[in-house]
Amino acid sequence: MTPVSAATERDALPSRPGAGARLTLRGVSKSFGAKMVLDGVNLHVPAGQFLTIVGRSGCGKSTLLRLIAGLDEPTAGRIEVEGVSEGRARLARIMFQEPRLLPWARVGANVAIGLGPAADPTQAFARSRDALATVGLGDRAGEWPSILSGGQKQRVALARALVSAPHVLALDEPLGALDALTRIEMQRLVEQVWLSNRFTAILVTHDVNEAVALGDRIVVIDRGAIAADIPVDLTRPRRRGSPEFARVEARILDYLLAAAH
Amino acid sequence: MTDIAERPAASVWPRLFAALRRPTIPHGLPWIGWILPALIIVAWQTCSSLDWIADTVMPSPTAVAGAAWRLTLSGELPQNLGVSALRALAGLAVGGGAGLALGLLNGLSRLSFSATDTSVQMVRNVPHLALIPLVIVWFGIDEGAKLFIVALGVFFPIYLNTLHGVRSVDPRLIEMARSYGFRSWPLFQRVIWPGALPSILVGLRFALGLMWLTLIFAETIAAQSGIGYMAMQAREFMQTDVIVLSILLYALLGKGADSSVKVLERRTLAWRPDLQGPQ
Repeated sequence: MTPVSAATERDALPSRPGAGARLTLRGVSKSFGAKMVLDGVNLHVPAGQFLTIVGRSGCGKSTLLRLIAGLDEPTAGRIEVEGVSEGRARLARIMFQEPRLLPWARVGANVAIGLGPAADPTQAFARSRDALATVGLGDRAGEWPSILSGGQKQRVALARALVSAPHVLALDEPLGALDALTRIEMQRLVEQVWLSNRFTAILVTHDVNEAVALGDRIVVIDRGAIAADIPVDLTRPRRRGSPEFARVEARILDYLLAAAH
Repeated sequence: MTDIAERPAASVWPRLFAALRRPTIPHGLPWIGWILPALIIVAWQTCSSLDWIADTVMPSPTAVAGAAWRLTLSGELPQNLGVSALRALAGLAVGGGAGLALGLLNGLSRLSFSATDTSVQMVRNVPHLALIPLVIVWFGIDEGAKLFIVALGVFFPIYLNTLHGVRSVDPRLIEMARSYGFRSWPLFQRVIWPGALPSILVGLRFALGLMWLTLIFAETIAAQSGIGYMAMQAREFMQTDVIVLSILLYALLGKGADSSVKVLERRTLAWRPDLQGPQ
């Protein structure tokens, strides 16, 4: 690895806010105590790609996402967002399984959290409102999170992740707890904002249907390593009922079922 | 005939149960809580007027009101009330402030917790009123004694509830805020403090109860002014009306303190679903 100075690292960042950043993982391993969760993962994600990661529960997919978002550091190996390893948390945003809204802050203030602690309040207000409008909740900024439905809460969480115009958006099964219809609506919304911003999206899911509906490319993780890397070249918006869709879905399912328990 | 008479009676019970189980109180009844105290005073006055209770044992409400009027005119009551209130608030500020500070520190820092919690738990298990003789030796009967003992009394409920509040802030919310760059003071201000506040206010309500209890005790034993002193003086002269007045004043002051925390809760915890909507 060639050492890169801070100045060139900054120059290498995508110029437009919210534009995709490329992501590189080199020999990334993570262990908790004696348990090896990820074992030498190599992955390159080009800028602006929508990557979905599928795998059985406990395969290490969520751990991989947390490493990418900068919540944890790998035990070995290197993760770079647009060539930067140290400050990658600033470039990437994560959306969790649960909305994790602050119950004591109104919806608008919750979205403004996404701008970080140093944000200018008046500017934060306007930007939060815009982000809320993007997720279809433009008129709810003044409400308490407790009165929102599960789907609306996740929309607010999405607005919070998007408000800072991230270069990488990491999604950790954010739709897992939603009912089937709300889930499909949310998938459309995520696809829509991705299409208009073109950030790099990494979605972890155990739902193969969701993975095929959204991913440009699907990576199957098994026992801490990449078991398959499958490009999906279906046109968007994708029709779930179509034979091509079903074919890709069946292929991914085969990989997952072949994976050891 | 019986059939017709019983039918409405039978339907009263379900309606009564439904009314008792309503989650909100009916509109126009915010004073419902004062009906019972009013009834007790009416019953008390009736018993006194009918001479069922001797005035030397328990003076009538009108006699107590008379004593209140007399002492207000002489200036004794306002002065003693002011002294007691000042002592209570000063003790609360010192003890509560210390409990809050140590609770926050120990909730945030493992090191500080390990270093001090054992000592705190040992001191906590000493009934603080047992220290009164020692406190009198130290401070005599001047203001320091009352301040010290009240401060000690309110310290523990605030310390324990603050510690618990800080500890019970959802770690997933902290992780979320950290992922957006919140550290140290902003993290505390936006996540930890509001998360711990409900528990801190519970501690404050406990502390207010203990504050009055401790103060009465201290004032009846070692004081030359205040409500407790006024009651002890009255005992010397068998002025039961003044004694009962003092007791009623403590009840009202306690209720007032509790109500002010409720107002504080409404203002600061407006986000909680159980504190939203019509009062």
